[in-house]
Amino acid sequence: MSTPLTSPGAAVELSDVRKNYGRVEALRGVSVTIKPGEVVAMLGQNGAGKTTAISLMLGMRRPTAGRVRLFDLDPGDRAARSRCGVMLQESGVNDVLKVRETVAIFRAYYPHPLPTARVLELAGLEEVANRKITGLSGGQRQRLYYALAICGDPEALFLDEPTAGMDVESRRAFFGDIRRYASEDRTVIFSTHYLEEADQLADRVVVIDRGVIIADDSPAAIKSRVAGRRVTFTVTPSATAADFAGLPISGLELRDQRVRFHSSQPEQALAATFRRGWDIQNLEVVGADLEEAFVSLTTNRVADLPENKESK
Amino acid sequence: MRVGADTRTVSLPRLLAVQIRAVLLGYWRIPLFALFTIGLPVMFFAFFGLPRLHQEITHHVSVGAYILASLGAYAVSNVLVYNVGIGQAQTRARKLDLLQRASPLPGWIAIAATLVGGLVLATSALVVLLLVGALAGVSLPPTHWLLLVVALLYGAIPMLGLGLTIGYLGSSGNLAPALASLIYLPMAFASGILIPLTQLPALVTSIAPYLPLYQVGQLGWNAVGAANESALQAVFWTAVWGLVLGGLAVYAYGRDQGRKFA
Repeated sequence: MSTPLTSPGAAVELSDVRKNYGRVEALRGVSVTIKPGEVVAMLGQNGAGKTTAISLMLGMRRPTAGRVRLFDLDPGDRAARSRCGVMLQESGVNDVLKVRETVAIFRAYYPHPLPTARVLELAGLEEVANRKITGLSGGQRQRLYYALAICGDPEALFLDEPTAGMDVESRRAFFGDIRRYASEDRTVIFSTHYLEEADQLADRVVVIDRGVIIADDSPAAIKSRVAGRRVTFTVTPSATAADFAGLPISGLELRDQRVRFHSSQPEQALAATFRRGWDIQNLEVVGADLEEAFVSLTTNRVADLPENKESK
Repeated sequence: MRVGADTRTVSLPRLLAVQIRAVLLGYWRIPLFALFTIGLPVMFFAFFGLPRLHQEITHHVSVGAYILASLGAYAVSNVLVYNVGIGQAQTRARKLDLLQRASPLPGWIAIAATLVGGLVLATSALVVLLLVGALAGVSLPPTHWLLLVVALLYGAIPMLGLGLTIGYLGSSGNLAPALASLIYLPMAFASGILIPLTQLPALVTSIAPYLPLYQVGQLGWNAVGAANESALQAVFWTAVWGLVLGGLAVYAYGRDQGRKFA
């Protein structure tokens, strides 16, 4: 090894990691160190690079450049993987097996697993333990994947968009499980689209956009950076981005006569706008919810790029 | 309990044993498993072998023994194409391979367990068929029974290659059932293991020797003394087919892994 360990004892370490799929740059120089016991949310939109980052951390894929370490080991090392539990965004199990059998098979891959009965209890699967997986509902299936992630009693839990497809109730229950798990001084790394989820669970939020980390801070700090109001109105004749230069706004979007932006000081921004003497109609000032606020944090940057990201 | 540098892992032999058990349990649980894998060759034997069990097909060889050898080749290759090949394609389609890859289970253990599980199942299907044959009255010297099992398990090698190639072709794994029917079924007919070579049309008879399953059939017929080609030839061509189809399987597997895990 040429480079010395920069953070010995880290659970996960990515140093200047790049990953290309053919000509697509999925990660463009990502460095992040996650200490044991941290609960980290990787926040980003579809295609931002969250799944790629997680698969590199687990050694499922190899970085094009840079270095990845898992518990100070190569992430492909079985000793490192034996300390991790994983819930992937896209994965499946052998449907013809029963829930209990599947848990028993996966726990046998780990050196010091939890007893099968305990895993079923923790994942709330006792009632369907003897059912074939084919017969499970979507929510129960998701709980089974959670069971397979924790069955090895891992020190670090990797969850790639674990709440995708969960209803409100199961999401709440699931968050309770994760919190309980994290409270035992274990590392949890999960990816999500929702700042709200990151806020509820994580003590650190890493925002990824288009393959780079654009923010890495506590949920409170991230929220304060993006909180504000959403302002929309129509103006005749149509305005240009230059007209808004110098105003305390972010995430400016102009479409024909429609103007839309975020601002933490909307009064000031609007006062300046009115002073221009435009014909302003359909004015709306509403509290930006967290999702929109997050979008404003990322679209700022997208505007700088030549081609615009596909909407939604 | 949490140690600073925890380097414990499950031993490889134990992982292999766990995984073989998982593979076999998966086969056992497939609906209609018993019918298709074990039952079909036995049923064909009942239809085509039983009525003419003791007629002589060639010198001192009964129709019963000949059909048993043919259907033995069929039973073994059925398992390797359908249970192993399509089974592996399903593993990919379900994305179980991704979850395994993220777990501490090494990829080569998963593959090795699939191979061993497939061979165990193929042997079971073969032994059940031979037992039914023996009970029905097919008589062979004990050494011939044993030779038949050994010969057909050797013939399993190219068919394992064919099964895995089918299982790993295509990006999603959804192609496999169609591919299996398209490649394997016509080959089974043209190789003379479902219809005797002598009753095949001339064109098919001339193609037959170029098919891998024909060589596996020759292995079986040699074991019961009813082959039209030498054992040595069958052993040689089976090995060649093993290399070709095994090589294709390795290529298809490597491509799939490269796509997902590079």
